Parts: sequence; structure tokens; C-alpha cells
Amino acid sequence: MIALTGKNQSYVLVLYGLCFPLIHVAHAQFILKMAAVQGGMGDADIKTDIKTEPSADGFGNNNANDGRVLSASPGSSSSTGSNKQTAAVTPEDQQTLLAVLQFLKKNKLSESVEILRREAGLPENSLDPKANESAGAGSGGAAGIVDLEGGDASSLLSRVTGSSSAGAQAPTKGTFICGGKKDQPDVSVVLSAYSQQGDPTLYKVYYRDLKKFIETVLDCHRAELSQVFYPLFVHMYLELVYNNHESEAKAFFEKFSGDQECYYEEDLRILSGLTKKEHMRGNETLLDFRTSKFVLRISRDSYQLLKRHLQERQNNQIWNIIQEHLYIDIFDGMPRSKSQIDAMSGSLAGEAKREANKTKVYYGLLKEPEIELPLDDEDEEAENEEGKPKKKKPKKDSVGSKSKKQDPNAPSQNRIPLPELKDSDKLDKIMYMKEATKRIRLGPDNLPSVCFYTFLNAYQGLTAVDLTDDSSLIAGGFADSTVRVWSVTPKKLRKVKSAADLNLIDKESDDVLERIMDEKTASESKIMYGHSGPVYGISFSPDRNYLLSSSEDGTVRLWSLLTFTCLVAYKGHNYPVWDTQFSPYGYYFVSGGHDRVARLWATDHYQPLRIFSGHLADITCTRFHPNSNYVATGSSDRTIRLWDVLSGNCVRIFTGHKGPIHSLAFSPNGKFLASGATDGRVLLWDIGHGLMVGELKGHTDTIYSLRFSRDGEILASGSMDNTVRLWDAMKAFDDLETDDFTAATGHIHLQDNSQELLLGTYTTKSTPVIHLHFTRRNLLLAAGAFNP
Amino acid sequence: MTERRFAEVSRESVRLMAEGAGVELGDDVAALLAEDVCYRLREATQSSSQFMRHAKRRKLTVEDFNRALRWSNVEAICGYGAQDALPFRSVKEGELFFVEDRDVNLVELALATNIPKGCAETMVRVNVSYLDGKGNLEPQGTVPTAVQSLSDDLLKYYQQITRAILGEDPHLMKVALLDLQSNSKIAALLPYFVYVISGVKSVSHDLEQLNRLMHMVKSLVQNPYLYLGSYVRSLVSSVMYCILEPLAASINPLNDHWTLRDYAALLLSHIFWTHGDLVSGLYHQILLSLQKVLSDPVRPLCSHYGAVVGLHALGWKAVERVLFPHLPAYWANLQAVLDDYSVSNAQVKADGHKVYGAILVAVERLLKMKALSLSQSAEGQSGAHPGSVVGAVSYRVNSPGLSPPPEPLSEAALGIASHLQVGGAGCHWEEWTPVPLPAMYCELYSFFGDSLAVRFSTGTGFGTHSPCTPSQLGDSRKEPPGPASNLDTTRKMPQLTANLNISPRQDGSPRTDPPPPSLSGPGSRSRSSSSCSRQRSAGLSREVFPKARFTSPQTTPPAFSFLIGGRQMGQRCQGRRPFQTMFATTPPVSAIPPRTYAHKLPVIGRVGKPVRRWTCSHYSLHLPL
Repeated sequence: MIALTGKNQSYVLVLYGLCFPLIHVAHAQFILKMAAVQGGMGDADIKTDIKTEPSADGFGNNNANDGRVLSASPGSSSSTGSNKQTAAVTPEDQQTLLAVLQFLKKNKLSESVEILRREAGLPENSLDPKANESAGAGSGGAAGIVDLEGGDASSLLSRVTGSSSAGAQAPTKGTFICGGKKDQPDVSVVLSAYSQQGDPTLYKVYYRDLKKFIETVLDCHRAELSQVFYPLFVHMYLELVYNNHESEAKAFFEKFSGDQECYYEEDLRILSGLTKKEHMRGNETLLDFRTSKFVLRISRDSYQLLKRHLQERQNNQIWNIIQEHLYIDIFDGMPRSKSQIDAMSGSLAGEAKREANKTKVYYGLLKEPEIELPLDDEDEEAENEEGKPKKKKPKKDSVGSKSKKQDPNAPSQNRIPLPELKDSDKLDKIMYMKEATKRIRLGPDNLPSVCFYTFLNAYQGLTAVDLTDDSSLIAGGFADSTVRVWSVTPKKLRKVKSAADLNLIDKESDDVLERIMDEKTASESKIMYGHSGPVYGISFSPDRNYLLSSSEDGTVRLWSLLTFTCLVAYKGHNYPVWDTQFSPYGYYFVSGGHDRVARLWATDHYQPLRIFSGHLADITCTRFHPNSNYVATGSSDRTIRLWDVLSGNCVRIFTGHKGPIHSLAFSPNGKFLASGATDGRVLLWDIGHGLMVGELKGHTDTIYSLRFSRDGEILASGSMDNTVRLWDAMKAFDDLETDDFTAATGHIHLQDNSQELLLGTYTTKSTPVIHLHFTRRNLLLAAGAFNP
Repeated sequence: MTERRFAEVSRESVRLMAEGAGVELGDDVAALLAEDVCYRLREATQSSSQFMRHAKRRKLTVEDFNRALRWSNVEAICGYGAQDALPFRSVKEGELFFVEDRDVNLVELALATNIPKGCAETMVRVNVSYLDGKGNLEPQGTVPTAVQSLSDDLLKYYQQITRAILGEDPHLMKVALLDLQSNSKIAALLPYFVYVISGVKSVSHDLEQLNRLMHMVKSLVQNPYLYLGSYVRSLVSSVMYCILEPLAASINPLNDHWTLRDYAALLLSHIFWTHGDLVSGLYHQILLSLQKVLSDPVRPLCSHYGAVVGLHALGWKAVERVLFPHLPAYWANLQAVLDDYSVSNAQVKADGHKVYGAILVAVERLLKMKALSLSQSAEGQSGAHPGSVVGAVSYRVNSPGLSPPPEPLSEAALGIASHLQVGGAGCHWEEWTPVPLPAMYCELYSFFGDSLAVRFSTGTGFGTHSPCTPSQLGDSRKEPPGPASNLDTTRKMPQLTANLNISPRQDGSPRTDPPPPSLSGPGSRSRSSSSCSRQRSAGLSREVFPKARFTSPQTTPPAFSFLIGGRQMGQRCQGRRPFQTMFATTPPVSAIPPRTYAHKLPVIGRVGKPVRRWTCSHYSLHLPL
């Protein structure tokens, strides 16, 4: 619940401090579920418990009613029930609190109950069923039409959680679990909001009326107000379906679905398949739509216009929907143009609220540890004795001075505890610096060479590819559950000797690392078995000792590249895990999957350290920020979120893609993010300002990989359409910096300069490009499976 | 019904299916069900597309759909997992559509002679597509898959090659084999060649053809562009056939099937060292089958011969592991054959001599290598005695078992050790414990007597386990020492000669290295010697292993001595164990009865004829090409 007020957050924090200190306070429903697990009882138990308490029902309905009354008249304060003394707390939050209290009581956590009550300033009797009974009685009528099954089953808890989660997220997936049985109460509560009665035949009239009105308003307002069409359309359709007006719903759909923006086509298709009330139960898309408020940004003028119109016409039906299911983010200033709106819309839940992107993000890079470059290195070409020190000194200084300057936008060095550098890491850093000096400077006139790693005979089974940072190993995840690693250098892959043989080794010798390797096992590739489903995500650790793989079987596995065996299976997602990635500093990794939750793990913990919850649909890709303090996730809900690893909060929401996002890439300086989606577009984002800063059009199919060159001058994108395209990233970002930022409003004018920015298009014969990588010297490596 | 947005299941279909299940449905119920089924299908399709997208495919497969079903707790549909599209047929009369599902005749399938198209291994290939962002340098290479149907060129090539190799013209054969060895574009033909080679069983009467097929194996194995993968197993079994089977060709004593076996044995070891990592457990399987043949008295002597040379080719550890423990039991049988002087037995006896010679060569090397490995491990101790440092150093240089890689055999020797310890495929292997060298020598001496060219002194010097050089008269007579004479004798028992030369103070002659398992004898020989010298020059003061590998000899006092003489047959037949324990409990085995058998076979051991033949046959490998 992003909209939680600061005060409220502290209430929940108490709870949170009690049980699970590491988990981000997403919202109460989540906490309750977790707590239920902690308390050793399943969700079902809670439900039955509460069901047996007859008074809870009335109480719950009462509160729900409160909410409705409130939303119908914005600004007025609560006047019903026994909750007057907490007017500062919004009713929904209070519901949440009450539910938490009740839960704690049930579990005999009386101390926590006391603390929470004191903190929240709730009266002693707030949980007393009798005190609420009278209040509940008045709204009994509403309860009658609420539920299909189990009459009074819309229990307090589920009702409360159902409405409290409206702000943001549906953290656990109900739809995939045994016919939605688990989430049934939730769903019915969610849906019951549609139970308002209205003349079904009038829906068309209402909608047409509004349409006419919007078409007649001034041009500058029309584009803005048109945003209302889609959410209204969907909610009205669902209301019709919910109330069993099947034929009216069909007619409504046919009449107006053509008016909707083309980028909603996918959702509309799903919607059109849904014609029965029974279907709504357990439909993810619908749940998402209902549980999240559709966010619109409308200028104050336009909003006033709309409001006046609806009030004049007494069009309560539509007004109610707008109040209940839409969140209108009103801003002062010029209304936005159609193109501006189109650029930002398209996600499942509308645009991001402006305040969602206001948090400060420390996007700067961490200071690199100072490592002395060895002066007398044998590898260096022989130089004359006098020239040597001269040449080396400035190099060393430049490295030092660079790192001494602390980036004002960088997080403090120990904001996130990072693993200490091992000797081997230092050696690798030195190697990296050496390689970096030989790096080719890329630019529009100096394009990189492209090498293609083709996977042959993969039989359509290659699902993920990764290359190590030094480009020495390539790994593939396959649909047959295997993970294969190839060495792309002449150095073969070797296992460590068996324990018995290791005993015989002279541990003091200098080349002990060489001696522990079993020469007999040397081979070009190794296969690792362990998963029981296709491997969708794969990632090498920076030190090349480990490999992560995430699979359909719901686990993330950590493999050792020394023994080529599985070390850990991280369980927690329970649903297909679509992607995983190591932190650039190792140790941490992030995973995201079908359960709509991204998790942050540390390799030595079998449980996640953070849970990032907020996406409304599957998380399709995950990326670490170069400074390891943030994690970006792309989702099928067509949004990108940036999460703070420290607090677990969502600090950025980027909307604008019109399809599921399948690739993300941070620029090397940490300032920008590029994202690619099934819509074939690459969008560029300024992380600091939380703005879209560019759109790169050209690909004709899903973009599965994005990568910036080592210096950040060039962005390479690889797609299902069998091409690699290179874009002038420098120019894309430069243009922007000269442009004066409309940061306050967040409204951007994107110029359509994709063609100018496109530097090259490289086609393969018949190989979709699913991975890209720049070597340390800026040679572009691409990989994919040949699909004859 | 206005416009159909989706494919729909009609209520008639639902009713038909219900009838099929024995349920009568009303119209309204069927309609409701039909609509629901449609909806559920659409839902499943939508979620299945997610699996397709994440698998980075464009084609939705049955597997994707099944995954969607499984995750929504619906039973998956089995039997449609094939990648190819299923043929969909309709019957006009009944307006029936169905997926064709033909009966499969399993018998026919099992007995089919055509090779099923295999799945080629997944691999990664790299090519520079664009240089400096400009131009396509080379088109993406063709894809070598076995699944691909063969192009005409390949087919023609295949026919030409097989015809040339199996044909009459030796020159043509040579050219064909050379090409097979170096051609980079024949991956697709590999299964076909392997199939041809598996035809050894059908030509077991034709020695010449067998030889040619073995050469074909060699060429395939040496081709650096071929990835043999699981075909290694097939090749190995063909080679093993030539080593072990009583070939029809061997009925005629004039046929030199011995050479074939020798060659096949070397080939086997070559395949194993170079491609053994492709098939796990291969080593064990080979050893087991060799052991099986060796321990089967019913098998003809030529099979036994094959087993022995096979073991020999696999390295001294294999000999120690399999041949040595079986020797006592086997000796009895062999003895019986050799002792029969009747005319009818002449041929068998000749074969017996062959086997005897092979065994002798094998155990000679076993002794020598074991001594070397011991001297290697003894080095750890000797480091403490400054006096023996020099000797230890020179030994380490020569010990192929423990020095780091460059030479193929050395890594192989390590590999065996680890293999055996880890693997343990059969229960046979579990109980195996290495016999200490003195005991081994003692036992072998009881069989072979002076025929053994390797000599160990019985004095205190033995305590450090260095093979000493009291070059006995007989030996020096037989093998004039010195490099010059060695050259003359071509590599006639090179290991014996070299061993005689070893002394702690001499620098290790490269000759001590056993013949490497590579088929190109001379080349690798020079390589190994150069590697030796390189090592020597690199300075060698580092101790590889501080601890000895075989510690027991060190702990027992150097009280070991033996009498010249063999032991009673009956006692020998009890096997190794009692002997061993006896040795352990009463260290000085003083009560060894006088040697009898070695005396009886003076010719075989002394003259070294079998050995000469062995070396000849070894040498003959290099003739054809």
C-alpha cells in the first residue's frame, strides 16, 4: 500500500518488528498471511475461525459501507460506527488495523495487541463484537447481496484485506491454486463491489452520453478526458457481467470496444472472453483491475470539466465508478497532449502517481576500491626503463582521482553491506582495468564488431543465456531442465578433485588453485542437472565461481562452477521463476516470477532478505543497479518498478510500455535505464528524475536483450525478429540534458528521432537474439539458438 | 449469436462426449457446459502463451499448454508432446475430426535395420558476424545435425569413402583414411560410419576387412572436428569385439589375428584416453568385460590374449587391478596348456606362449611403473635424508604417474586412480587393495622367474623402493644396455632396457617412459622426452606430495627378502589373500619352496620371443599409414 500515511506505517511496523524484521511492509493482507504461516496455521484456519463469529460479518460490512459512503462524498469525514476518535486515520487503514488486532487476539498475542492499540489510539472496545453489532445491523441489507457462496462468508478478514489491498498489490496468487479456493472470499469481496444495481440498459446511454460530452469539449481537454474511456469501459462491462446481464454486456462490449486505444487490445481480448459471472472468479486480469485503482493524470481544468458534467447530468453510475475504481492524479497546469498521454499510458493500472516517483534515488556509482596496479608487470609489452614509470604513473593517478571524487548522487559506501573483496577479486579487477585500457572507444562512427554465439541443435529448447563479465564462459538454460556451461576460451572446464585426492595436495604450494583441479575432467562443456522444469533465467556470479538458474519448477538454484554441482535450491516462489540475476558485487541476487513478487536473496540465506511486492502481474525480468542498492523489475503488467534494496520500498514506477517487458539494462553510469518489451520498442528512463526520456522504435518483435556498451555510448538491443540493433545512447541522453526538464510535472515531450539514433541493424540468418554482451574491450557478443 | 470471436465448442459436442461417458445431458446444461469449456480453454491458452514467451519461442507447443494446465491444477494431456504438427483428419460422413493415431508395430520397430536419426548434441559455435559494424564477413555456418537429411554431396562422400576403405586398393584406402581423419564437414555422417564399423561382427572371418574397419575407427577418433558423444560407446564395443572375440579368422593359424588384437587394444586405450570423458563409467565397463573374459577358462586362448593386451594398453593400473589378482588362477590353466607337449596340442601351445608373452610384458611394465610411483612417493621421506635427495629428484622427473600434465599418460594414470576410487561399479572393485610392490614382485617372480627383466635387490636398498641395478648376467646378455644398441633393437622391450639403466644417480633417461597410449608412437615419444627435459631444466626442488601414497612398505622394515624359487601350485591357487596376509604377519617370507615353473619354461622367458613378437606387432601399427 503505497499510500500508507507515515503514521500508519509505524503501526504496522510494530507488528513487523515482532515477527519478520526483514520483510517490507507491503500491506496488511500480506502481513496477515505471513503471520498466519508464522503462527503455524493456514489461511483456511483463520477463515473458519472468523466465520464462526457471527458479529464479525456485520462489523465488516459496516466498515466497507463506511468506505463507500466516504468515497461517494470526497472530503467528508467518517461519521458512522465507533471509529470517530480516529478520524485522522482513513477508514480503510483502520479496517486494516482492526483486522490485525483481531488476528493478534486470536493468536493470543495480547502484548502486541496492547502495543498496537496504544500506538493506533484505538479504544479498548474496538474489537468488542457487541459494540459494533448495532452499527453493523444498519447495513445488513448491503451484505445480503454480497456473496454467491456461503452467505455470510464475506468475513471480516477477507473483506478488510480485500479492500485494504485496493491501493496497490495482490501479493499472492490465488488464481492458480486449486480453482481459486483459497482466495474465494477475497474474490467475492472484490467482485461484490460491482453489485450495485442500476438499469443495465442505461449503461450504454451513460457511456454514450459521456462519450458525446468528451467529444465536444475543447481539443486541449479531449485528449485528457479520453483517458477515462478505457477504465470506465472495463468497469462498466464487468458490472454488467457481474450482475448477470449477459446480453447487455455483450452488446455494450461490441458497441464500444472499438473506441479503445489499440494498445489495450490484449486486455480487451481477455475481457471479451469473459461473459459469465462465474468466470470472474479466479480471473487474474479482472482481479488486477479491481484490486488496483486505475491511475489517471488529468489537469485540474479538465477534471473540473468532467466533474461538472457528471454532476449536472446526475450521472451517478459513472461518478461512482470514477470514485471507487479510479485514482485521478490532478495536476495544475497545461493539459497534456495526446502524444504525451499515449507515451505514458498502456500499463495494466494506468500511469504511475506522481508522488510514487518522488523519492530520492541514489543512482551514482559506488567508489571503487583502490587497487594498486602492479607496476612491473611482465605481461606489459617491454618498454624502455625511462618510459615505463612515466606511462604508468598517470594511469594510476587517474584511477585514483576518479575514485576519490565521491559522486553526490551515489549512496554511501556501506548503505548496503557488500562482501569484501577477495584476493582473486582484486586480481580480476586488475585484469579488468588492464583490459579497459585496451577498450575501443565506440561511437556513431566507430561501431563495434559483432560476434555471434549460435547454439546449434537446441531444438527450440534454449530459454536463457548468460556470459561472464570477462566473456570466458557461456551458459545456457534449456527447456529440458538442464543448464549447460561452455568455455569459450581454449581453457577447458575442470572439476575440483575428489576429497580423497585433495588430501594429497600440497596446500602450501603457490599453484594450489591449479593443483586442485582434476585434469581428467577437462572438457569444453558441462551439463548440470537438477531442475525439473525449463530454466528461464540464468546468471553468473561476478567471480565466476557460481551460477544461478531459475526455473519453472519454482526454485532458484545455485551451482558451483568448481564442482559443477548444485549447492542450494532456494525455494520460496512456488511458481515459475522467470528471471534471476546476481548483484554486480556478488553475494546478493534477485529473482522474480509468476507470483508477482520479486525476492532479494543472499547466497548464504535460504530465505529471502527482501520481498518486493507491488506488481500486478508476473515479474518477467529483474536487473540489479550497478551500485547494487536498487533492483529494477519488469512485469507483464507493463510497468517497470525500481526497488530500494535497503528499505524494500518501491521508489520508481515507469509506465509507457504497451506489452510485457522482457529486458532491462542499466547504463554503466547508473543514471539511466533501458527497457524492451513485446511491443518491439525500447524505452529509456532517467532514474533520478523518474522520467521517460526516449523511445527507440525499430524492432518488429519482442526485445529479449538489451545491453549498454562499457562506456555507455551505445545501446544494443536484440530481438526475436532476428536482428541486433545499435542505438546512439550518448545522443539520446545528451539531447535530453540540453532540454529543460519538466521534472515538476513529469510531462515529457518525446521527439520521434528513432531513425537518427539507430546506428545499425544486423540480421542473423534465422536466430533470435536472446542475449547480448559487451566484452571488456567493447566487442559485442550476441547469442541465440538457431531455429531452422 | 452474432459474431464468433473465438472458436467454440458446440453443445452438440458436449452432449456427444457426455454420452460417451454415459451421461444424458439436457440442452441447457450442455449449453452452459459448452460455454464454460470454451472459457476455460481460452484461459488456459492465455496462460500457456506466457510459457511460450519465456521460452523465447514463437510456436506454442503442447508442452506449454500442459504446463498451464498443471499450474492450474488440471491434469495434463499426455501423448501429444511431439514437436511436429499432428496430422488432423476429418471424416466427411460423420462430420468428425480427429488426430490421426496410427498403430505402431513394436516388433517391426525393434527389428528395423535402418538407423534411426539421432539427435545431435547441442553446441555453441561462434562466428564474427560483423567487423567494426560493417558487412557480413561470413554467412552463418551450416548446421551439422544428424537430423538434417544428408545432402547429395555428403551421400556421395560417404559412398566413396566406404568403398575406398573396404575396397581392394591400398593406396585409395590410405587416402580415404587420411581424409576421414581431417575432414571437418562430416559430422552428419558420423552415425553412418559408426554403423558401418559396427558391422565388424559380420566380417569376423575376414581379417583384412576387420583391419580396415579398425583403421576407420582410428581415423574417426583422430578427427579433431568430430564430436563423438555417445557414439564412443558404440565404437568401443566394436573395438572390443576385435580384441576379445574368438574371431572366425583366427581358426586358421596362418592368419595373424594377433596383430589385429594388438592394434585394437591400442586403439581402445587411445579412444579411452582421448574420449573417455564422454561416457561416464566407460573405464569400469571396459575393465569388467576384460576381466570377465580373463576369468572365463572356456574362452579360447586368443580371447585371453586380447584381454591381456587390452589391459596392458589401458595402463599399468589396469594390469595391477585386474590381471595381477587373476594371475594365480589363470596361471594354472596356462601351465597346463604349456606343459602338454603332445602334437595335437602344438597349436594351442603356441597360442599359450603368445598369452604368456603378453602377460610377461604386462607385468614387467606393472612392476616398473609401480616402482617408479613408489620412488615418487618415497621422495617425501627421502627429502629428510640429504643423501638421497639427488636420486629422489631424478626419479620424480621420470615418474610419469605424478608429474603434472603435459604427457597424456601421466594424467591418465591419475585419472585411473580417481576413477577406481570413486566409481566402484561392481562389488569386485570394493575389496581391492593395492599389493605392496615387494609382495607383488615376489609373487610374479614365482611365476616368471628370471624371465622378469625387472630386478629388485633383496638387500637393504630395497627399503627405499628404488629399483636397483644389479644387472644380472642373464639380463645384460639378453639386453645389451646402452642407447646405441637400443636404437638397433627398434623398441624391443624398451621399458626393460631403460629400467636397467635407472640408478638413483643417473639422470632419468626418457626411455623410462612407457609407450604412451597415443597411436603415433615416435612422435609422442620425443614429445615426452622433451617434456622431461623441460621439467628438469625448470628446477625440481618442489615436493609434489609430502605424504607417500603407499605407506605400508615404508613402515615395514626392510626385512623383505626372497628366495629364488617358485611356489607350489596348490598354494598359489588359493588366491592372493592368504598370501598377502601371510606376508603381512611374517614379513620375511623365508619359506618359499624352490622355484619349479620358471625353470620349466626357460625358453619362453629368456629369449623373449613373445616379447619380440609383441613389439613387432606394436610396430606394425605404423605400417599401413
